[in-house]
Amino acid sequence: MSDLIEEFYARVPVMDETPAPSLSSEDRQKLLTHFYPDYRPEGKATLRVGPNAGTVVPEEIAALLESRSRLQGPRTLPENPDREVDILIIGGGGAGITAALHAVEQGADVLLATKLRVGDSNTVMAEGGIQSALGEGDSPVEHFRDTFRGGHGANDPTLLSILVQEGPRMVEWLISRGILFDRDPQGNLSLRKGGGTSRPRLISAKDYTGLELVRVLKEDVVNAPLEILEFSPAVELLQGPGGACAGAVLWDLDSRKHIFVKSRTTILATGGSGRLHIGGFATSNHFGATGDGLSMAYRLGAKLVHVDSFQYHPTGVIFPSEMAGMLITEAVRGAGARMYNTLGRRFVNELETRDVVASAIIRECAEGRGVPTPSGASGVYLDLASIDRDAGEGTVAKRFPNIVKLMTRHNVDPTKVPILVYPTLHYQNGGVQTDAQSRTAIPHLLVAGEASGGLHGTNRLMGNSLLELFVFGRRAGLEAAQEARERPPFSWKEVSIAHVDQFEKDLAREFKGGDRPIAPTLFPDYRRKDS
Amino acid sequence: MDNALKESQTMVHVTINGRDYKVPAGSTMVQAMWYTGHEVIHGIGCLGGVCGACASVYRMKGDFRLRNALACQTLVQDGMSFSMLDSYPIQRAHYDVAALSDPKEELFTFYPESATCRNCNACTEVCPQGIDVRDAVWRANFGDFKAVADLTMSCVMCGLCVSRCIAEMAPHEIALYARRAYGAKELPYPENLKIRLDEIVAGTFSKEMDRLLGLSTGELKKECEVKS
Repeated sequence: MSDLIEEFYARVPVMDETPAPSLSSEDRQKLLTHFYPDYRPEGKATLRVGPNAGTVVPEEIAALLESRSRLQGPRTLPENPDREVDILIIGGGGAGITAALHAVEQGADVLLATKLRVGDSNTVMAEGGIQSALGEGDSPVEHFRDTFRGGHGANDPTLLSILVQEGPRMVEWLISRGILFDRDPQGNLSLRKGGGTSRPRLISAKDYTGLELVRVLKEDVVNAPLEILEFSPAVELLQGPGGACAGAVLWDLDSRKHIFVKSRTTILATGGSGRLHIGGFATSNHFGATGDGLSMAYRLGAKLVHVDSFQYHPTGVIFPSEMAGMLITEAVRGAGARMYNTLGRRFVNELETRDVVASAIIRECAEGRGVPTPSGASGVYLDLASIDRDAGEGTVAKRFPNIVKLMTRHNVDPTKVPILVYPTLHYQNGGVQTDAQSRTAIPHLLVAGEASGGLHGTNRLMGNSLLELFVFGRRAGLEAAQEARERPPFSWKEVSIAHVDQFEKDLAREFKGGDRPIAPTLFPDYRRKDS
Repeated sequence: MDNALKESQTMVHVTINGRDYKVPAGSTMVQAMWYTGHEVIHGIGCLGGVCGACASVYRMKGDFRLRNALACQTLVQDGMSFSMLDSYPIQRAHYDVAALSDPKEELFTFYPESATCRNCNACTEVCPQGIDVRDAVWRANFGDFKAVADLTMSCVMCGLCVSRCIAEMAPHEIALYARRAYGAKELPYPENLKIRLDEIVAGTFSKEMDRLLGLSTGELKKECEVKS
């Protein structure tokens, strides 16, 4: 153990296992209003331009949406498109891959373009699992109720009813691909408990669920009859007849050239926006999570929903600082991990919904009961040792091998000492508003996965995002294939990017010519400014 | 990055792609690249140690040994000289897992080289995940796919094993094949999933679901006990 870490852990107080007092509805509401970043007035801006004008959002989201294009004017299209396809899928994470696999099965000609490599996404990082109501005494209806309650009743009930009813069938699809979920001794899928749920409902592959899903589905998609363009993020959507989507402009990161793609249907599966570091929070998201789809769709006129709502996962590592933002799955709390403040006291029921637990941690730190780190941050202790005490020595190592491996690399043994955590920006609850067929307000523009909005309401339950990728990734793929068959032919001459010119005019008018940021940013820039 | 400097207050000497730099102790290799102004695109994915994008090679000053690591997970040390291996070329089998009829035999159709392992153990020694790769390859050859699954569950597909294999095979791809075949062909269909799917197909929950969908938002909130 390095000196710094040894010194830090010399100060761990004696821990009092007495549970925290339970919260009334009013307590919860008060906690959220006072401490949850979504409900705080600071760092917010009111959108002035575009379909969501008037909505209050975090400043970073306003900068993403009310932004100028990466394409500089005068904007003209080349004589011919570089590619012409039935379906363009933008994004190669779980939703994009699932959509692609289902679309090619319909015989569609598919181009999958992605910013990094296929599979580089938040999906691969998912640790906890997939919610699917398979237990005795459980049902899709209970799953619906829990999710609606967890989402504060802001969920789109139709989308939610599809999610819970089609979930088990997608689990069957995954098993048929050879994905290995944990089983009980009888061969049933093991079910674990997540926060905010009334039943154990999480199916998982140890704490490598996302990795197991992605490495299998990636193999299938690279073997499928479709074209894949890696290191080629989209920077703008194209507009066709009637304001419909007609493809996109990609940016080849290596040749630094634009690629113009004409498509009959376009699926945005660009994921979330954690790398915008809203409110200065660290993030658990992958390197490319910069909300690209939101800004491109917004310029084309798509309506967004709940883009003021983000999930700050309660337990991101905050010390040692080089690990900042890395997630410790909620499943550890489901398994009996406890949290303590600097006084060694528990301060919240560890199985409250994520937003309540995160708020409680922020409160402890704001009110001086946080544990200070050498770099001046603060956090609370997340103690996994109680899992081994409750369930037997070796349980943590067996169920959470990834956490043990990652922490040990940084000289922290989580089976012996508590992990210091603070909320980390984890999930974009809202996104582009979609319907049951993954359609948006823009014809022939579909959205699936984290980039879409409405399903989760204003707080997502653990395990529902992976489920969403598969349920709505499939729906988007099938819908896209059908739309591609049915859409009347149109010519490249009818395609334009005039909507971008118009959007920038609106910006100039509203902001009186003041400088606006350029988006999508594609990547965060962590280089030292004077390097 | 600045936090690492604040925390440690000390700088270490490293060599990145052949050029010398000073970077804060406590930085990961990727953070050291950012600190020194490198724009890293190839070689970064999740930054969380699971995507396998950042396979790297390094040596320590005064030590002839060639070592490998995941750059987002490995802290720099004084005297470390490193480069990233953005993408290691591999040969990947083209197969449909559902169409396999004799997966144990078909392994040698898709990956005939898997039988040529010479037991040097270099793959096991290089694996950043601590997997006994050599053992997994042999288990695959012997048809014990369950053992392969147990041994290789934490594989991040970084391909460092390929870089060291003297038989020039891709052990991580062989393991993926074996795991998939085990999951799709050997494991029993889960009974709890079957029961629930049958119920869903039979419409067991439709009436209650339709009733919920027929409620007003206010009624639905009450019914679902929305607390806040």
